[in-house]
Amino acid sequence: MIEKRPFITWFSHAVLLLGVALVAFPIWITFVGASHDAVRMTQVPLPLLPGDQFFVNLKAAFVQGVGNAKEQSVGLMMFNSLIMAMMIAVGKITISLLSAFAIVYFRFPFRMMFFWMIFITLMLPVEVRILPTFEVVANLGMLNNYWGLTVPLIASATATFMFRQAFLTVPDELLEAARIDGAGPMRFFKDILLPVSRTNIAALFVILFIYGWNQYLWPLLITTDKSMYTIVMGIKQMLEAAEEAPEWHLIMMTTLLAMIPPVWVVIGMQKLFIKGLTETEK
Amino acid sequence: MARVLIENVTKSYGKTEVIHGIDTVIEDGEFIVIVGPSGCGKSTLLRMIAGLEEISSGTISIGERVVNDLEPKDRDIAMVFQNYALYPHMTVFKNMAYGLKLRNFSKNDIKQRVDQAAKLLQLEDLLERKPRQLSGGQRQRVAMGRCIVREPKVFLFDEPLSNLDAKLRVQMRLELRNLHKRLKVTSIYVTHDQVEAMTLGDRLVVINDGYAEQIGSPIDLYERPATKFVAGFLGSPSMNFIDARISADGRMAELPGTFSLALGSDVTVGQEGRAVTIGIRPEHFSLAEEEQSAFSLKIDHAEFHGADTIIYGRIADNDRLLTVRLPHRHEINLEKHLFLAVAPEHIHFFDQKTGKRI
Ligand SMILES: Nc1ncnc2c1ncn2[C@@H]1O[C@H](COP(=O)(O)OP(=O)(O)O)[C@@H](O)[C@H]1O
Ligand SMILES: [Mg+2]
Repeated sequence: MIEKRPFITWFSHAVLLLGVALVAFPIWITFVGASHDAVRMTQVPLPLLPGDQFFVNLKAAFVQGVGNAKEQSVGLMMFNSLIMAMMIAVGKITISLLSAFAIVYFRFPFRMMFFWMIFITLMLPVEVRILPTFEVVANLGMLNNYWGLTVPLIASATATFMFRQAFLTVPDELLEAARIDGAGPMRFFKDILLPVSRTNIAALFVILFIYGWNQYLWPLLITTDKSMYTIVMGIKQMLEAAEEAPEWHLIMMTTLLAMIPPVWVVIGMQKLFIKGLTETEK
Repeated sequence: MARVLIENVTKSYGKTEVIHGIDTVIEDGEFIVIVGPSGCGKSTLLRMIAGLEEISSGTISIGERVVNDLEPKDRDIAMVFQNYALYPHMTVFKNMAYGLKLRNFSKNDIKQRVDQAAKLLQLEDLLERKPRQLSGGQRQRVAMGRCIVREPKVFLFDEPLSNLDAKLRVQMRLELRNLHKRLKVTSIYVTHDQVEAMTLGDRLVVINDGYAEQIGSPIDLYERPATKFVAGFLGSPSMNFIDARISADGRMAELPGTFSLALGSDVTVGQEGRAVTIGIRPEHFSLAEEEQSAFSLKIDHAEFHGADTIIYGRIADNDRLLTVRLPHRHEINLEKHLFLAVAPEHIHFFDQKTGKRI
């Protein structure tokens, strides 16, 4: 739609600017908070302009560690989060690609039953089945390690569905041409289906990476060992300093750092991400 | 290169049979066109030859080898699809090379064959492009190239020109014809376009509703259509059909109303006194003086096509619609009737019930 009336132009810009402000203001506050010292952060009113302690705080977060016991380095927590997010994203994509491939391209007995079984798991996210899942993971001896952190989150149906939809838009003739060219099923999967679906894979990677990175409840339950803490948990733990006042400057710094990897993933993959969500032509 | 033998082949989807026992032999090096209206089962037949559809009963052999249970890749065929089905993420070169790569050809062989095909199809400058950077005609040629490099025994085409605009279609038709002349590979070509069929095929198989109505050369089919369906399907504008009765002495075909067509002495229908359908192609009418004419036509409208004029009208006393094609340009007076005659040898007779030629 192309509208030329000046009021509409003005109004839509105002709405967009307001939206940007709503998102950007808290981030600005976080940045400002991360650049002052502990004392300034306990005084009212809170500062609105950055101070000069940014690099001091950065060093404190990485070297000295944060939290009540001052023993968790932000670096380690970010590393844990990174491993968890990557394992969830890659694992989920791998499993979903394979199961969508099976459902779309193979005619096996009870195919529809399996399809519906996967479908039903949509209604059972980890939060709903958290206690039984914990029990299973504990019995499998996966507490306090990366497998326990990720495996229960990998099994889910959303990505399977997205790939199923993507595969259904791939013209049948592509498969037929490949069959005539001499490609078996796995050849077709690897040489044609994967490359053709790469924008979908990228879009899903972005979504799942952020999903994994932002996990809170599950890591909280499954990790007791501080060396396995993730950054999102870590931030929450810092707020719970029982005796002392929370170290706002370090919390803000950690929060800022925690935002970087997801942003980096989104920016790095935005072209493919948008294509993957909007592209219809195969 | 090879002969393709199709013996009593049927195809059913569940309980519905869509191909009802087709028999034909496609000779080595022949270009055969399977033609019929949309939904008649042309693609299904072709896909059974390719191995993309199961054959419900009957046998298909390629080069004396029954292929019923062979995978498409083992049948030594190559196929061009209507939407080209090029691999969108591969360059033109890789698209053509893929089949060879899977057959473990050496890099050198692949390059040599692809280059040769590219030269033949004038694709040399496009080898590094992706399919989406090509025009429709170029994509079509790449799809052809993908077939050629494999040097298969049989080429299969499923409406390969349908997605092109009219002008390009004529051009590609010519290219296909020339290509076949050079390579002489047995080719089976499916189309719903009768012009394409007539111009490309050494022989045509006309399919209607899963039955092969007639098989023969374009000229045969045009001049001696075996059924009313074939008669109506081939030719544009299509043949005029009029219900008529053969007079008791067999010398006249009486149209409803007062007109009748003289059949002459050398046309014998052998249906004295019976009702038949007569068929006359639009170009077989000629203008005549009123006394010599068979009937007169009320003109509805006329189209000037350049080389000829198509006249749409109704027989004066029974309102039957008729299409007439006159060569050159005619000054048409819409107010006046047109007096027409037909040479007896140009009249086709069909059984009213079965539609079979008499
Ligand atoms: N997979 C299928 N399942 C059921 N019916 C089908 C299937 N494929 C084709 N048909 C039917 O078979 C008939 C012939 O189809 P097709 O060979 O594609 O026709 P066309 O001559 O247009 O190429 C059609 O009536 C179509 O509805
Ligand atoms: Mg078809």
